[in-house]
Amino acid sequence: MAYSDKVVDHYNNPRNVGSMDKSDPNVGTGMVGAPECGDVMKLQVKVNPETGVIEDAKFKTFGCGSAIASSSLATEWLRGKTVDEALAIKNTDIVTELSLPPVKIHCSVLAEDAIKAAITDYKAKAKPVTAETAARA
Amino acid sequence: MKLPIYMDNHATTPVDPRVFEAMRPYLTNIFGNSASRNHSFGWEAEEATEKARKQVASLIGATSKEIVFTSGATESDNLALKGVAEMYAEKGNHIITAATEHKAILDTCKRLEKHGTRVTYLPVQQNGLVDLDQLKAAITDKTVLISIMHANNEIGVLQPIREIGRIARERGVLLHTDGTQAAGKVPVNVLDDNIDLMSISAHKMYGPKGVGALYVRRRNPRVQLTAQMDGGGHERGMRSGTLNVPGIVGLGEACALAQAEMPSESKRMAFLRDKLKDRLMNSLDEVYINGTLEHRLPNNLNISFAYVEGESLLMGINEIAVSSGSACTSATLEPSYVLKALGAGDDLAHSSIRFGLGRFNTEEEVDYVAGKVIEVVKKLRELSPLYEMFKEGIDLTKVQWTAH
Repeated sequence: MAYSDKVVDHYNNPRNVGSMDKSDPNVGTGMVGAPECGDVMKLQVKVNPETGVIEDAKFKTFGCGSAIASSSLATEWLRGKTVDEALAIKNTDIVTELSLPPVKIHCSVLAEDAIKAAITDYKAKAKPVTAETAARA
Repeated sequence: MKLPIYMDNHATTPVDPRVFEAMRPYLTNIFGNSASRNHSFGWEAEEATEKARKQVASLIGATSKEIVFTSGATESDNLALKGVAEMYAEKGNHIITAATEHKAILDTCKRLEKHGTRVTYLPVQQNGLVDLDQLKAAITDKTVLISIMHANNEIGVLQPIREIGRIARERGVLLHTDGTQAAGKVPVNVLDDNIDLMSISAHKMYGPKGVGALYVRRRNPRVQLTAQMDGGGHERGMRSGTLNVPGIVGLGEACALAQAEMPSESKRMAFLRDKLKDRLMNSLDEVYINGTLEHRLPNNLNISFAYVEGESLLMGINEIAVSSGSACTSATLEPSYVLKALGAGDDLAHSSIRFGLGRFNTEEEVDYVAGKVIEVVKKLRELSPLYEMFKEGIDLTKVQWTAH
């Protein structure tokens, strides 16, 4: 199967690979997928609590080239977006940008799920900025 | 050294130039139909196919009258199973095979089941081999055929075919073996091994595609088959259809070369395979060999690089032709059923790569492949959340995953 140039580019030069401190209250972590299904994505966002803008995004992905490219692209798109803008990213946007074939659409779905999971995690941590979360951090 | 490097010789092999030269006259001026009994064009063709029949027979310790030419191992498998099931229907309706067989066997069995045959699919042990006690226990007075492959096409393990042959003979059951991967790679002797039927393919041993053979034993016992292709009654009535003379000549030559070169070539294959294995295992952690190394084709290495997905690895080594058991590389989006049958878990199937070394691979190529695979596995592990978790000491089997 031939890969699109953009998938190959993200695979060869993945953007924003890495991990951030999960316990940081401003960091939201999403981990989706399962090893026995052949893909697991970990996506993290670091949000400025004042502005609600995502200042940094990192990923690590176990999966095929399209899964790696989808999550790499997601981190690029997340940076500079507000949390609400981030939630508006649709898997179909990723499919279009990377020209994913039908058999690889699940990779884009996984990336969208990872974004949502990371932001849900951030919101759950950040909402009650209480002594409890501060202590946990 | 030239790129890309072909290391997928279980899928197919290139035609050896010597095989091609043997075929050439039969693709040009010698064009007769070997069934034409009344002129020299037919005689020449028949002479060629009979020489090939001897060459094929010699490779497996058979006699030439026991060789039935077919279009390849898939047809041979179909003919063996369907032909026996139909011919021996009054004796019994039970066939025993194994879970790790090729689809040409498994899907043929599925079809036979629709027509009333009972099929036992033996599980395999973690080393990929069938358990002989389970085999014995599965035989009933209705069993007419055991079909167990000699060498597995994915993991290269060699089933204990001689012991299986002994059991089959003791119980009066016929033994078919799919010898597609084994023939020409490891010694096979149908008499010593008590094999009654054996499938062979030319293109897995440096012959042309579209031709193969089925060995059908003629003595002790005489195996009978119901033909699955009706027509002019070629091949002693077992397989009608004008013989593919150039293809058969190629198969014969391929068998003769494989037989002559097996002693030196199998050593060379094992040396290269072991070099590849050792370099990978010495440079990388969490690497697992799928199936036993002890009973294995000398040219096969099936290995899982934990925490790295197979297709992404193939993408990084795109100038090396190998294959993966990963779901992402299969049409069905299911990981390899062979690796699953070993019970190692789907995650290792997703991380597996099959290297199939061949006659035209060099040590320089093996060195390049080892270096490239090590580089890409390391890079992908940097990207892998699973490798990170493993390094943190997290037990991945205890994590609540969101299966999708």
